[in-house]
Amino acid sequence: METNFILNGENVSVEAPNDATLLWTLRERLQLTGTKFGCGISLCGACTVHLDGAAIRACSTPLSAVTGRKVTTIEGLSASNNHPLQRAFQEEQVPQCGYCQSGQIMQAASMLNKNPNPSEDQIINQMNEILCRCGTYTRIMKAIKKVAQEGQS
Amino acid sequence: MMEENKKSISRRKFLLATGGVSLCITGYFVLPSIFNTNGKAAQDGELIEKKITVWVRLMSDDQVIIYTPAAEMGQGSMTSVPVILAEEMDADWSKVTILSSPVDAETYGVGWYPGGPKNMVTAGSRTVRSYYQPMREAGALIRIALLQNAAEKWQVNIDELTTRPGIVVHEKSNRTMSFGEIAEFGNFETVPDASKIKLKDPKDFRLIGKVMPRSDIPSKTNGSAIYGIDVQLPGMMYGFINRSPVHGSRPELTNETEILEMEGVQTVVKLDHGIGVVAMSFESGFKAKGQMQINWGDAPASSHNSAEDMSVYSQKGATEEFKNGDARTAMASSEKIFDATFTNAYVYHAQMEPLNAVVSLSSNKQKAELWIGSQAPDAAQAAVAQIVGIDQKKVKVNQVFLGGGFGRRTLPGYAAECASLAMSVDAPVKLIWTREDDVGYGAFRPQVKHFLKAGVDKKGKIIAWNHCAIGPGGGLSKNGASISHYDIPNWRFTRKDSNHGIRTKHWRAVGHGPNKFAVETFIDKIARSKNKDPYSYRLEMMQGNERARRVLELAAKLSNWDPSPKNGMAMGMAFADRDSFSCGVAQISLNRETGVIRVHNYWCALDAGIVVQPENAVAQVEGAVVMGISSALKERIDFKEGKVVQSNFHNYQILKMSEAPKSIGVAFIDSVEAPEGLGEAGLPAVGGAIASAFAGLTGKHLYDMPFTPDRVLEVLRS
Repeated sequence: METNFILNGENVSVEAPNDATLLWTLRERLQLTGTKFGCGISLCGACTVHLDGAAIRACSTPLSAVTGRKVTTIEGLSASNNHPLQRAFQEEQVPQCGYCQSGQIMQAASMLNKNPNPSEDQIINQMNEILCRCGTYTRIMKAIKKVAQEGQS
Repeated sequence: MMEENKKSISRRKFLLATGGVSLCITGYFVLPSIFNTNGKAAQDGELIEKKITVWVRLMSDDQVIIYTPAAEMGQGSMTSVPVILAEEMDADWSKVTILSSPVDAETYGVGWYPGGPKNMVTAGSRTVRSYYQPMREAGALIRIALLQNAAEKWQVNIDELTTRPGIVVHEKSNRTMSFGEIAEFGNFETVPDASKIKLKDPKDFRLIGKVMPRSDIPSKTNGSAIYGIDVQLPGMMYGFINRSPVHGSRPELTNETEILEMEGVQTVVKLDHGIGVVAMSFESGFKAKGQMQINWGDAPASSHNSAEDMSVYSQKGATEEFKNGDARTAMASSEKIFDATFTNAYVYHAQMEPLNAVVSLSSNKQKAELWIGSQAPDAAQAAVAQIVGIDQKKVKVNQVFLGGGFGRRTLPGYAAECASLAMSVDAPVKLIWTREDDVGYGAFRPQVKHFLKAGVDKKGKIIAWNHCAIGPGGGLSKNGASISHYDIPNWRFTRKDSNHGIRTKHWRAVGHGPNKFAVETFIDKIARSKNKDPYSYRLEMMQGNERARRVLELAAKLSNWDPSPKNGMAMGMAFADRDSFSCGVAQISLNRETGVIRVHNYWCALDAGIVVQPENAVAQVEGAVVMGISSALKERIDFKEGKVVQSNFHNYQILKMSEAPKSIGVAFIDSVEAPEGLGEAGLPAVGGAIASAFAGLTGKHLYDMPFTPDRVLEVLRS
């Protein structure tokens, strides 16, 4: 089955089986491996990407569902790793093993697009389903708040 | 945006082509382990590159390549170890590129004890601690080699030369020469004069103890960091395995023909512990995995029901592991005897990246190449060699980032599995474990039942101590039971193995998590029964160990220790000795309707000796605390008839952001002692600190970890 969609700003056409998910198509056919596999059933958020700007779990999204729509992955979030969140995650030395961090950043980016100045509770509410086993939550919170505050100044 | 993608991909190719180090790679592959601390790729051109020692290569443009032997799983030691070498070498850190060392234990490994057999295991918080002295000496030796070459060039006495970062200086003649210039003409064949080595005084350190960004972090914010699951080779196929639901049970596939006829399926591979399939795509392999019909044979482990078995664990037949003084006699002469029984459940590593590996075999199957994120790449190498039937030296290992390890990735089984699948086809194979595979075929920190008994004298001082631990996993429940940092004159630790035929494994801090929970909660119970502040009570028992006492005092200071509950919150404290002494203070609240404990704030004081990377050290403690809270409040694996009950993050829940402390305060004792381990040190005190706070809040004690809401409600009703 051929599926056409807009990936990180560019039209792509990809040939994949009918049961293909967005996650494994991105990873194995389009070589965008920054989006990670963690659980396969929308429980961990490591595979979070944007679909028309909204954070979704690529592992549970059939490829067919993105036909004609805009998908943004971590690789397409910024021109040179300079999205305010990417900068803040580096400044706050957030990642440890790093495996969940694409999902953390993509979820946070989608939140900040809609709500540039979220409260702590709103941040928790939006970020709560993105798991981090290394325990970087307090730093993720710091980095997101930093971006929100910089956006206000 | 897409243009940028292309750019980043071509940059990877550039790195592969011009990285400066010859890495024999079959086919194309995204080189994972190349970093530059200033974020720039090595430049191509007319560069001269000199191998100085096995650890360092110098380029004529002043770039310094340092090989790191450590697996990077988030603990930061792939940066820390080169920092130590660069310190003594006096390298300019902005010019340093870090590469994974080859997997060659004789050259790059270190023993578990001085002089012990060398290995490349990254575990047990040992990397910085074990490599500290060797890397200082290696760096100092390189510095001597550079000085000798400069002295010869300038025809001056070597003793007149000094270094500044990346530069040799001859002050007398006001001349300087960069390390890169020396690389152009230098002769590094002759072994430098080791007698000239003079290690720096720690007060002169420029890199060690300074805040240095970790070299792996930028790549972990843009998706370019490569983990095992990300490796792709031309013509690569996809492997999956259905593994024994009960450890040791053997499979019989009853629909092999049907599976082989499925679209994309190439081979079916029969293993002792499962049935594998190799297919052309992820989807076809995954589908075939799901369609297999397997009859599983019986195995001794099928009789294991974890809760029921734990309930009948008894001390009968336990044997002594270690002791001090004469606990039996002292117990008999005690004024009052306390006893209590504690339990801890099996826990699962839950590293975010499920296991995986990629193996490529040469066409005659006489050589192999392995891509893996492994805590024991040398063991993985040996495992592949054994499966393929070749010498270990014929297996090239490419270490990539680990999406979490915590002990799970020291086992080489997933490398062996991948090799078995690769043997069945004429193509490279990527083996992917699903999350369900990773939980179901996990290797767990063992469940343990702890029987504790203590005798106190008239003044309330503990004079006799007896701890007996029962559970599976051999020595995994042994470490962390020592109480030698307390002034308790007579103590004894006994243990009994309860072999259920299941898989057990080291898990961050190993026995310390369970043992410290039991030990510290018991001390807390005794202190509170005497109406003593758990802090002061411990302080009285730490007069004989100054390092330990100072950590305890620092924790009290850091947390503004106050044992009296306020506004529905209470503080609790526990002490631990996983490598570094550490003392944790938890501030919790409790929902008495739901039984949910919430840790609002946490403080941890540690004595880790010299802290090589302070910012990373803080992050390690924060992470250990969060993982500790997660395991203390939520995590448990159950076995029913030998099968793991849990399967994914819905029924094996780990701590979420909403449950994490708002703040984690970390402080280190200022020290010039040699570095101690830090990757695990913050974890073991967590269970006891929470239980202590719970006792402060409710007057009741928690005896069974994890403190899940149902158990908490039961304790509240008792």
